Amino acid sequence: MTDINKKFLVGVYDDDDVVLSAVGKLKNSGVKIYEVYSPFAIHGMDTAIGHPRTRIGIAAFCFGCTGFLCALLLTTWTMGIDWPMVIGGKDPISLPNYVPVMFELTVLFTAFGMTISFFITNGLGPTVKPLLFDPRCTDNKFVMAIDLSKNKLSEAEIASIVKASGAEEVSIKQL
Amino acid sequence: MHVTSPVRTPLVTGGKTYADVTEDICKQVEGKPTKEWKVAFGISLAVLAYGTACLFWTWWEGLGVWGLNKTVGWAWDITNFVWWVGIGHAGTLISAILLLFRQKWRTSINRAAEAMTIFAVICAASFILMHMGRPWLAHWALPLPNTFGSLWVNFNSPLVWDVFAISTYFSVSCLFWYVGLVPDLATIRDRAQNKVSKYIYGTLAMGWNGSSKTWARYEYISLILAGLSTPLVLSVHTIVSFDFATSVIPGWHTTIFPPYFVAGAIFSGFAMVQNLMLVTRVVYKLEDYITFEHIEMMNTIITLTGSIVGVAYLTEFFIAWYSGVEYESYAFINRATGPYWWAYWAMMTCNVISPQLFWSRKIRRSITWTFFLSVVVNIGMWFERFVIIVTSLHRDYIPSSWAMFYPTMFDIGDYIFSFGLFFTLFFLFSKYLPVVNMAEVKAVIRTSSEKLPKKISGVSKADRLASPAYKKDAE
Repeated sequence: MTDINKKFLVGVYDDDDVVLSAVGKLKNSGVKIYEVYSPFAIHGMDTAIGHPRTRIGIAAFCFGCTGFLCALLLTTWTMGIDWPMVIGGKDPISLPNYVPVMFELTVLFTAFGMTISFFITNGLGPTVKPLLFDPRCTDNKFVMAIDLSKNKLSEAEIASIVKASGAEEVSIKQL
Repeated sequence: MHVTSPVRTPLVTGGKTYADVTEDICKQVEGKPTKEWKVAFGISLAVLAYGTACLFWTWWEGLGVWGLNKTVGWAWDITNFVWWVGIGHAGTLISAILLLFRQKWRTSINRAAEAMTIFAVICAASFILMHMGRPWLAHWALPLPNTFGSLWVNFNSPLVWDVFAISTYFSVSCLFWYVGLVPDLATIRDRAQNKVSKYIYGTLAMGWNGSSKTWARYEYISLILAGLSTPLVLSVHTIVSFDFATSVIPGWHTTIFPPYFVAGAIFSGFAMVQNLMLVTRVVYKLEDYITFEHIEMMNTIITLTGSIVGVAYLTEFFIAWYSGVEYESYAFINRATGPYWWAYWAMMTCNVISPQLFWSRKIRRSITWTFFLSVVVNIGMWFERFVIIVTSLHRDYIPSSWAMFYPTMFDIGDYIFSFGLFFTLFFLFSKYLPVVNMAEVKAVIRTSSEKLPKKISGVSKADRLASPAYKKDAE
């Protein structure tokens, strides 16, 4: 972890609208925000902070293609090449009959691949200790963390900007 | 932020704040099990024990203990299987299809409905294992390399498609459910008072901290999972219907089966959600989360799908006559007037006539009526599968081999097993996991939009609380 031994300024907000507008205000004042933690998804928050758009959809598409190809290979190879048989007077390889299996495996691979990617890219796992600036961020508070080492403004200046943007509490946290 | 038109009644009543939502839902998980819960759980365990004994005997002795005969080779086993799979359709419908349609009312019920889906599919799968007779050979249904050649499974067979469909549906539903649970598990973790629950919920929450990056990805994969689950849920019952429709048995080989089965599945699934939620709502005091609006919405879907099923029954009958195939016509006349006429008319009454009562707003918003009619719908849907399976089989091509099916105590006991299993799992879920998706409900309770100036939300909070529609609901 590169975030160890860093000093963070933590602002706690009471409302999702306030924190979303605060992000805009802080950016206008030239403050770089590390991250905002919220009990539920706030639409537009990630783009407001300036996070790049997630590429998990591309991963999902690749997993889907893998699943489809695996299913195609499995059905045609087993039914048509390894042990060819005529069933119901059809060709050993009769693709329309394999559509259900191909569809199901495409969905299966996409869902699992995407969910596993989701956990990996977010750094989530059963033994992971959560990085919590304030534990209330999973209940009813909206917590903004600002990495002081990445900001040119002084601690006091940032604190006053954060306060002015509507934060209820402002504190300093060392990780 | 979620802004709702002021003419709509709120999705969550009682002016709940974010902290209230956490408190209301978490206290069920954090408190000691109540006496009522222990009694109910004990009963379902006893039912499960009786069912397990019956199931043990079924496997020990073989399928001869069932009432099957040479003519009727499928009866209660496949009836129960299709019935449970059908029930298992509502959860994914609520969380996936309603998500794509942006029906925000789903947020209060999706967690419990998805849990119900998973448990119902487990029950359905248990009948697949049961009807194999030799469950230790169940892996033969999978394309595994083996010492017979390798001799592969037949990918032309709808029974193999079914293996793929059910197992994909089950595992994707579990994923969908678990991903939705993670933020709520984190909430419980951060509130936990003792070390054991902090450890257990902490492990399950996977270190979730609700950062905006995580939420953005969460929203994105929820959408893709919903997009995947929508065709998946439709495909599952379609493939279940192929088990029948691709055969050449009169009464089974009809092209109407896929849409008719899917509508029936949603129909019975919503009825089961109603039954479970109406009880959970009272026991856990969730009246502000599952309001009359929710009950009415679900009843509307029940009426719609019930009518689709009704049209399908009539179409089937018409086509049987119109096709000019003697065997097909006989199969249907035999259903309605033969020795199983009572099953056919039970199905017709329960599925086609009774849900039409929901056209009345009073009945649609009545808890007693909703509960009663939901039970009726599920009885009707069980009979639908019984009628399709048994009445199509019992009088086959040679009158000398015509027979009747009489269930034995093991047919009944194995069905009871599935109820014991279902309720045991559901009670465990309702005690140890949050029954309402807190994170999603918080996103729609619009405390924020109420604080906004009038020009955006249109009506101030005070005005809305004073409106007749709100008062009526609060009563």
